[in-house]
Amino acid sequence: MKVKCRGLLLAFLFASFLPASSQVTFERLQNSAKEPQNWLTYSGDYAGHRFSALNQIATGNVPSLSVKWVYQTVALGKFETTPLVVDGILYGTGTDNRVFALDARTGRPIWLYQRELPTDIRPCCGRVNRGVAILGDKVFFGTLDAHVIALDTKTGNVIWDATAVDYKGGYSFTLAPLVVKNLVVVGVSGGEYGIRGFVDAYDADTGQRKWRFYTTPGLGEPGHETWEGDSWKIGGAPAWITGTYDPGTNLLYWPTGNPSPSNRGAGRAGENLYSNTLLALDADSGKLTWHFQFTKHDEHDWDATQVPVMIDQGDRHLIAQANRNGFFYVLDRTKGNLVFANPFGKVTWSDRKDAEGRPVSNHQAEPTPNGSVVCPGAAGTTNWESPTFDPQTGLFYVNAREQCDKFSTAPQPYEAGHAYYGSAYFPADDTEPFWGALRAIDPADGKIKWEFQHPSPTWSGILSTGGGLVFTGDAEGNFIALDAATGKALWHFQTGAAVYAAPMAFAIDGKEYVAIAAGSALYTFGLP
Amino acid sequence: MSQLATMEVILPRRSLIVLLLFLVPAFAAEQRNPLAGNSKAAKLGEFQFRINCAFCHGLGARGGGRGPDLTRAHKTHGQTDADLFRTINEGISGTAMPPNGTTGQGVGMTDEEMWQVITYIRSVEVKAPIKPTGDAAHGKVLFYGDANCSGCHMVNGKGGRLGPDLSSVGGARAPEYIVDSVRNPSRRLAQGLGEAMKEFPQEYESVSVITADGKKIEGVILNEDSFSVQMMDASEQIYSFDKSALRSFDKNRTSRMPRFDTGLLPDKDLQDIVAYLLSVGGAQ
Repeated sequence: MKVKCRGLLLAFLFASFLPASSQVTFERLQNSAKEPQNWLTYSGDYAGHRFSALNQIATGNVPSLSVKWVYQTVALGKFETTPLVVDGILYGTGTDNRVFALDARTGRPIWLYQRELPTDIRPCCGRVNRGVAILGDKVFFGTLDAHVIALDTKTGNVIWDATAVDYKGGYSFTLAPLVVKNLVVVGVSGGEYGIRGFVDAYDADTGQRKWRFYTTPGLGEPGHETWEGDSWKIGGAPAWITGTYDPGTNLLYWPTGNPSPSNRGAGRAGENLYSNTLLALDADSGKLTWHFQFTKHDEHDWDATQVPVMIDQGDRHLIAQANRNGFFYVLDRTKGNLVFANPFGKVTWSDRKDAEGRPVSNHQAEPTPNGSVVCPGAAGTTNWESPTFDPQTGLFYVNAREQCDKFSTAPQPYEAGHAYYGSAYFPADDTEPFWGALRAIDPADGKIKWEFQHPSPTWSGILSTGGGLVFTGDAEGNFIALDAATGKALWHFQTGAAVYAAPMAFAIDGKEYVAIAAGSALYTFGLP
Repeated sequence: MSQLATMEVILPRRSLIVLLLFLVPAFAAEQRNPLAGNSKAAKLGEFQFRINCAFCHGLGARGGGRGPDLTRAHKTHGQTDADLFRTINEGISGTAMPPNGTTGQGVGMTDEEMWQVITYIRSVEVKAPIKPTGDAAHGKVLFYGDANCSGCHMVNGKGGRLGPDLSSVGGARAPEYIVDSVRNPSRRLAQGLGEAMKEFPQEYESVSVITADGKKIEGVILNEDSFSVQMMDASEQIYSFDKSALRSFDKNRTSRMPRFDTGLLPDKDLQDIVAYLLSVGGAQ
């Protein structure tokens, strides 16, 4: 089996004119646009565009797209991976810290790995994982028991295993790491447990931790005064989605999540920095260069954990985020100042802006003991599902959710490793049915150009391609191709289960493929 | 003990069954809530309840859009402490009640936290079972006769298919809820098909389509996505359409069930029907 696989590998490595020994380097990661046949990092590039320049599958021929292969993990739970593809090998992750390397041409496994997890882990929101990062001869992933692990790209053998923190405090990793230079950067999950959030960077060769940025400032640090008493110690602010990186400034852009407890502000008076914030961190040192907090003193669980997308308009270097709180923000990414913020869905929590243009909360939105109805709901106008920026249309695409919730609050004692929400949210009695839409936003002014409505909200990310297409999944199990210019549905395929992942594209032997995880299966599509 | 709660997710289903077979004797020994009557545990259970259960069962456990009122003494799927623990831990297959920790939204509970929730539920339970005021025998006559509920609703295998099966509604819903559903059927549509990985179930929405050849068909939606609709008409015929092939597709949230006001169905008769549904739903 092993010999056969190697023979096969050589065959298509030669076919795609790549040396058999080629490994992913920092240079290749910076220049990922030069090799669109590969998908080298979570969002496809450092800018967070989730755009593939491949254009073989295009508006004209997409109706003939069909399944090429399916890989079944046969694992329960939400399958959230974005696979990487490097020179014919696909690397993905499944629930319960499965990692797999497949022949990307046929879907046949080359190696499979599954971590033996402690029985008492309690990750929030499913035993999920969103993917690996790659550098040299290693793939890296974070575990549900808060380790960062390097596996051999060719065998799946463990090369190093670093413990970030004791998982028993409610810490876990679910994100795909980001490799920058020789560092493996990860952010922790656990905003439901009263953790103290952080972003970590590990030496890719050794697994040694090179820096840590705590997302709640300690004694004597700037921002510490934004927390009441000792609340910063259990203040949450996790960092559970993969950030982006600008090689020009050497800044990492990393978003953070909710302050804990999520639905109760009493006991943590203040703005609660750096929860729900976009952090600009020096990649070498982890030092904070600037920050922008989207939702101050949040009581609605509106994590800012959406991929921040770098967009250049002339000589303006911007970063855009469609935020869970319902506003689409565009910032200057060199200094962090706000350019504008416009709603991209129904918003009732804010009806004015401050002098800077930042939406300000009105008091009607505060949770009450019996609940008050606020839009968006706790899942937000969008959530962690990846957006895409298509440089061809110049549009930013995001899956939005129209759902309002009733937010209640109640005092809750903190107990390490136990859920710490400060109460709950639930649908209002007279609520309208929830629905969703893929919205195409002009990042120049935040205006919505078109939308494609989903019967119910989706957790699918979006891919845009050089073929003039955007691909998305829906909660009804469809994988859909839309015309990127108009939003017209051109093709769909029923996968059989709701999509909780983002699509990606790659090519082998000159043939373009598009892949999406749904149910417990990874589907790959191509032209006949 | 706490292993069971988390291991079920890790192991393949077959292993789980084997594991459960092995663990059942030890597990069954825990017949009674070790925290019974502990008021501090009840308070902690309330926090857990608000986080894990209130989304469907409502604040105060009085029932919500999806889940039954848990303050009622009667529990459809067993009312001993061990039954409640099993229901919370393993869910109820064929219903919207998921196994602990598997919803994918929010966190799961430890065994101790589940016992806290049970302690809380006991603390808010109304001890006396519901005594319907109506005459169940007459309610049955009306259900299958003059009120014609059975034209669209089935009870224990007998009746129509256009509306939800009402065999167990008496055990799951408070009498006031049933009354409101009859008097104002469009206020909150009943929930239909729930798919394993889908966040929200389909509701009993009304639909009217005109096919390419001009035929008008009305009914309820069984399922729907962006591209297709599956529906049933009043004669219980099931249709599948591609939306793009239809001349028109209109759905709305006005229930196809008539609004039974007191002129159409006097209070006394409605109470009799409620008594009938409670008697077959196992509410007593």
